[in-house]
Amino acid sequence: MSILVDKNTKVICQGITGSAGGFHAQQMIAYGTKLVGGVTPGKGGTSFEGVPVFDTVKKAVQETGADASVIFVPAAFAGDAIMDAADAGMRLCVCITEGIPAQDMLKVKQFLKDKAMRLIGPNCPGIITPGECKIGIMPGYIHKPGRIGIISRSGTLTYEAVWQLTSRGLGQSTCIGIGGDPVLGMAFIDLLKMFQEDRNTDAVVLIGEIGGTMEEDAAEFVKNNMTKPVVSFIAGQTAPKGKRMGHAGAIISGKAGTAKDKIDKLESCGIKVSRSPADIGKTVAECM
Amino acid sequence: MNLHEYQSKELFAKYGIPVLKSTVCSSPAETAQAFSAMQLTAGVVKSQIHAGGRGKAGGIITVYSAEEAKNAALKLLGRPLVTKQTGPQGKVVNKVLLEEACAVEKELYFSIAIDRKAEKPVALVSREGGMDIEEVADKFPDKIFKLHINPALGLQPFQARDIAYFMDPRKVILKDFSALAVNLSRLFLENDCSLVEINPLAIVKGRGLIALDAKIGIDDRALYRHKNLSDYRDISEEDPMEYEAEKNGLSYISLNGNIGCMVNGAGLAMATMDLIKLNGGEPANFLDVGGGASAEQVYTAFKLLLSNKNVKAILVNIFGGIMKCDIIAEGIVQATKEAHLNLPLVVRLEGTNVELGREILRKSGLKITAASDMNDAAAKVVQAVK
Repeated sequence: MSILVDKNTKVICQGITGSAGGFHAQQMIAYGTKLVGGVTPGKGGTSFEGVPVFDTVKKAVQETGADASVIFVPAAFAGDAIMDAADAGMRLCVCITEGIPAQDMLKVKQFLKDKAMRLIGPNCPGIITPGECKIGIMPGYIHKPGRIGIISRSGTLTYEAVWQLTSRGLGQSTCIGIGGDPVLGMAFIDLLKMFQEDRNTDAVVLIGEIGGTMEEDAAEFVKNNMTKPVVSFIAGQTAPKGKRMGHAGAIISGKAGTAKDKIDKLESCGIKVSRSPADIGKTVAECM
Repeated sequence: MNLHEYQSKELFAKYGIPVLKSTVCSSPAETAQAFSAMQLTAGVVKSQIHAGGRGKAGGIITVYSAEEAKNAALKLLGRPLVTKQTGPQGKVVNKVLLEEACAVEKELYFSIAIDRKAEKPVALVSREGGMDIEEVADKFPDKIFKLHINPALGLQPFQARDIAYFMDPRKVILKDFSALAVNLSRLFLENDCSLVEINPLAIVKGRGLIALDAKIGIDDRALYRHKNLSDYRDISEEDPMEYEAEKNGLSYISLNGNIGCMVNGAGLAMATMDLIKLNGGEPANFLDVGGGASAEQVYTAFKLLLSNKNVKAILVNIFGGIMKCDIIAEGIVQATKEAHLNLPLVVRLEGTNVELGREILRKSGLKITAASDMNDAAAKVVQAVK
């Protein structure tokens, strides 16, 4: 078992005929993901890599029974694509696109309030249940099926953590990159809750970074609701104030959002924090 | 993107937010002429830089004649102004704003920003203006009123009235406050703002509410749909290297250390900086070459790193996913040769095609120190600058 996605998840790709969408659709199929279709407005009726392309998400759902979608459409249209997926009754939507205007995301989040769909991202690497289903852009081969859950605001830093685990023989149940934007779909606590309930996850790695208060919220949640061990790393201990560190959400504003505050809070809630990014795997191994 | 005060006030005027009569000037002569043309008896010459704390730093001068206006501009223009927000090097003043003087009765505060946690814009008002709002929030939380704005619907009239009742308990100019709140909310939503701040917002004798200062931040990601606002960008306010990087699709931030870093991905780049520090070194920069960088971008990134004269050694940390290690290795070899690199270079490659990548580095005949993992890389590069 795992959380959110498994070998039965049927996926469609919104923006499949674009260069990024096309490349990663191929990669997902090669990994074994059940990619059953694509959506590109105006290109319905054609096909790509052997899967049918539809004009609308609704049509794609009707024809393929897909329950998850992955979005690669350009930033200016990505907010619309998320709402399209929600309206079509998707269970899960993973938005890879980087650079969606913040106010578009505020409106999208309002729209999602009365929808059942869960959103991962935007500006994220996606989600993978090793050996079963990869929805996103992460390199599949670094993962190994197992019992550690990973949640992260980063992309390559997540790969680094995964690799450290895999190299020590510690496999993963599900790995999720929630994204580097200030306004996101699922937050740390939504996923911590699922990992706590998942019978096949024994421990969780939480990789945070400067900006916002999501790590502090997660710390509080772990203290009150989790029995499984949680190991953390927070990136940006050396980041200057007031600068956006690559991710739109990675910014220390005023006094809020520093790595130190986050680490202090996590530790005060009983979470093991690895000070060095090179020791994430080691810290997890010590907990097991 | 941040706007200058004069630019923000132009936008305010368009949205019916009251501002004082003013002229933006680039030379002392212009400032003197403007003083006469505006038929002022008293005016204020204000340095236009992207930083607060100008008044206390001597960047705002009150003048009573064209001659004084000229002298004030002469004193301010072309020189760096150091405020508590600029850092020790200060920011060069290229323009001043000459504004009519006025008799302020009371200073207030009004801002709208995005509340990440609530996922809505939030209006923040206070009867204590002219002060650092964080200080007010700390010391007198009851003097601040906060309300969330529905991003799709905008500020509603009842909300505008709530703000007015708080700001004007004696109900003297309720309508002015309501109108200001509605207009500021419209400005915020229609221009993809990340911040709009009026500090101070003043009650001026005989004239009601006036925005004495104005600060606006625009979401860079939305600039594509605001061509008129893009023209407001002032690159002289930006770090030249950060600007150069951005033009090439790289994300770069200058820091004070001597170890240049090149990493793919923002999280890993921050983590690499942290690791350098943990090993007793100081990073010279943050540099994210992105998830899908080409050999050419790696080359550009290298040139950028080397243009910082403080750099004494370079650490490359790449976790190849989409980006293949052999492509990166080729970029490193090409850049090292063409740039005649003679600084210590430590490279850590992991991920897709890593063996091919390492092979390319080995065979290049260049003096490149290979690292087996992140820790090893940081230790080696810190050793190299000692």
